[in-house]
Amino acid sequence: MRRGERHRLGRTRIENLERRHRALQALRHFFDDRGFVEVETPAIVPSPGLDYHLEAFEVGHTGGPRYLHTSPEYQMKRLLAGGFERIYQICKAFRRDEQGTFHNPEFTMLEWYRTHAGACEVMQDTEELIASIVRRLSGGTTLVGTDGPIDVAPPFARMTVAQAFARYADVDVFEVLPDEERFFRLLIERIEPNLGREQPVFLTHYPASMASLARLTPEDPRFADRFETYVDGIELSNGFGELVDPAEQRIRLERDQARRRTDGRAVYPIDERFMAALEEGVPPSGGNALGVDRLVMLLIGSRDIADVMTFTTEEV
Amino acid sequence: MYETSDIKKNLKIQIDGAPYAVVEFQFVKPGKGGAFTRTKLKNMISGAVLERTFRSGEKLEPADMSERQMQYLYMEGDNAVFMDTSDYEQIQLTQEQLGDNRFYLVDGLMVDVLFFNDKPIGVTPPNFVELEVVETEPGFKGDTSSNTTKPAKLSTGLEVQVPLFIDQGEWLKIDTRTGSYSERVKK
Repeated sequence: MRRGERHRLGRTRIENLERRHRALQALRHFFDDRGFVEVETPAIVPSPGLDYHLEAFEVGHTGGPRYLHTSPEYQMKRLLAGGFERIYQICKAFRRDEQGTFHNPEFTMLEWYRTHAGACEVMQDTEELIASIVRRLSGGTTLVGTDGPIDVAPPFARMTVAQAFARYADVDVFEVLPDEERFFRLLIERIEPNLGREQPVFLTHYPASMASLARLTPEDPRFADRFETYVDGIELSNGFGELVDPAEQRIRLERDQARRRTDGRAVYPIDERFMAALEEGVPPSGGNALGVDRLVMLLIGSRDIADVMTFTTEEV
Repeated sequence: MYETSDIKKNLKIQIDGAPYAVVEFQFVKPGKGGAFTRTKLKNMISGAVLERTFRSGEKLEPADMSERQMQYLYMEGDNAVFMDTSDYEQIQLTQEQLGDNRFYLVDGLMVDVLFFNDKPIGVTPPNFVELEVVETEPGFKGDTSSNTTKPAKLSTGLEVQVPLFIDQGEWLKIDTRTGSYSERVKK
């Protein structure tokens, strides 16, 4: 403990943590009510996920390297292959080098999956979930936003990525796409700050190249069946109509590995048990990963993730 | 060179040949995208504020800033002349470079002169300076408590709000950080 630090928490911090507790109760109640089974999958895994922009913590283990997962996705999909139809999990996810007002290297993730569904059904789950938690906590359906109240009553607004780039950055997203850095700069500077100010918005139809674990949309193969939820300019969740075709999945994971290798990043292995599950058969499914700390932060009107955590990584 | 992880409030960096101080910064990273640091930067010469987003790993050029304590000597035309009392080196700053600090320059005042690439760009006066009232309405001697104020013009041209009991010819302690009256001093 550093000099000058005290364990006595301020009244506000205690109230925030109590509200976090109530939000988690409401969250579990929502899924339990709808026949979802709460599961727990291991945090120590052979492959932490191959997303180019996520770096994992390596942990020592006899018999080869192991990692803390960056999301429990592989193991939860294995449960879908195993026969579960509706599952949810509330767990810690671990991502190195992510620290800021909306980031902490370990954070609480809610992830859920339902079979025989795509992004569309999962978006419905998402808007009903958020509205139901807000109702249970406040009795109403509004959150305090930066520019005024945010109405979380379903349905949320929906906007495609192409529409967002045209509207807020005045560019054709497919022209921007070859320059990935420019894509994310525009997303951060021009687009995200406008999203979800009056009501939450789902950003949908990501370009096919921007999702390694989502299927392509059934209507148009230029787009991935992927969506993100934004509230008050803050990215809250990322969901997919899941890719369940093992051949296509292997091509994409090998492509992700190659890119990591070329750029001198850590190359994590392909999770062969996950691949075996796809081979055996995962029904068409939809899933979503939602940042619980950010959700609680939005619920209490704070804009600093530290306000809703017991201790941040810097405080332990 | 600095890394994006070095970014903190008041870090001084150089962009396109001009010195900037970090006013605000935020780590941003889309879940599926690269990490960036968004910043608000203040141009230390013009005062203009700029928004700039740096990709994680991007290098930032430090601004070569230094400070020297120097003594204010006199005005030469529109320029103020300062001298380093240890080696008698003299430098000049324009009215524009001085900004509001020109109102605090009294003979012999010691100030910190800020240099960018060895060129003087501005001064930081002491937190308090003492200036004489040259113009104000006659004071009400009895009134030392009310919050009512009146304008007063000081020897350097600075105008401040002062309590009603202040008279012409009196000396005042002025807070240079806010440009406001602090207290009356006996001379």
